[in-house]
Amino acid sequence: MEFSYIIEGGDFSKAGSASSEVKKILKQLNLAPEKIKKIAVAMYEAEVNIVAHAYKGVMEGKIDAEKVFLRFRDEGPGIEDVDKAMQEGFSTASEEVRQMGFGAGMGLPNIRKNSDSLKVSSEVGKGTTVEITSYINN
Amino acid sequence: MQTDAISKITQAKVLTKGTTESVDISYAFTSDLMSDVLTIDVSKLVLITGLNNLQTIRTAEMAEIRCILFGRDKKPSMEMITLAEKEGMVLMVSEKSLFHLSGLLFQEGIKPVY
Repeated sequence: MEFSYIIEGGDFSKAGSASSEVKKILKQLNLAPEKIKKIAVAMYEAEVNIVAHAYKGVMEGKIDAEKVFLRFRDEGPGIEDVDKAMQEGFSTASEEVRQMGFGAGMGLPNIRKNSDSLKVSSEVGKGTTVEITSYINN
Repeated sequence: MQTDAISKITQAKVLTKGTTESVDISYAFTSDLMSDVLTIDVSKLVLITGLNNLQTIRTAEMAEIRCILFGRDKKPSMEMITLAEKEGMVLMVSEKSLFHLSGLLFQEGIKPVY
């Protein structure tokens, strides 16, 4: 199955609503609870990243018998140094984002920890794409 | 330990309705940093926090946390309570500090994550 959700940049009142919908789908598909939690945490971190840093974005997902694939595409400032952004503790988040309990430079490392594959590509001034793959029977 | 025992020990007021009966808790984690909360792997966890916004509830939802204890009288909004009820969570609030709440629960055998 395939799905897609719009994510508004800067709107913290809705941050997590797309991930919440997808989590419900994963539950309906009867995935193992530990697997659902890992995917939920990874996609929520990615969704919060869009809300925190981009103007707008979209989460596109595809689920088949083998894996859950999620792609987060945003229009935003992009990431200057992706390797640096992957390092724990590095963050460019605003004070507002920190007040929400995020922006400690833990997002991308935590996505990597909770997924089987993470791919980040970015163009400064245009936007960022984050692709997360989780194998269901892994 | 059940959540009603947690509210009794910490003198916290339970704010959610209809979800309090059977949430069993073994661990506690005290943090205002939701990114840190999202790194935790254990279940049966109570989150003790002073961070009072919708992302606290969303974080708990994603991390399968069924109980949140707010310290220093940080009362969650109706929107937060409604979302928590929808997700089957128990929210409670106490006037005590996060340190005090953590100490009381630790004393009664609630385990730290790390």
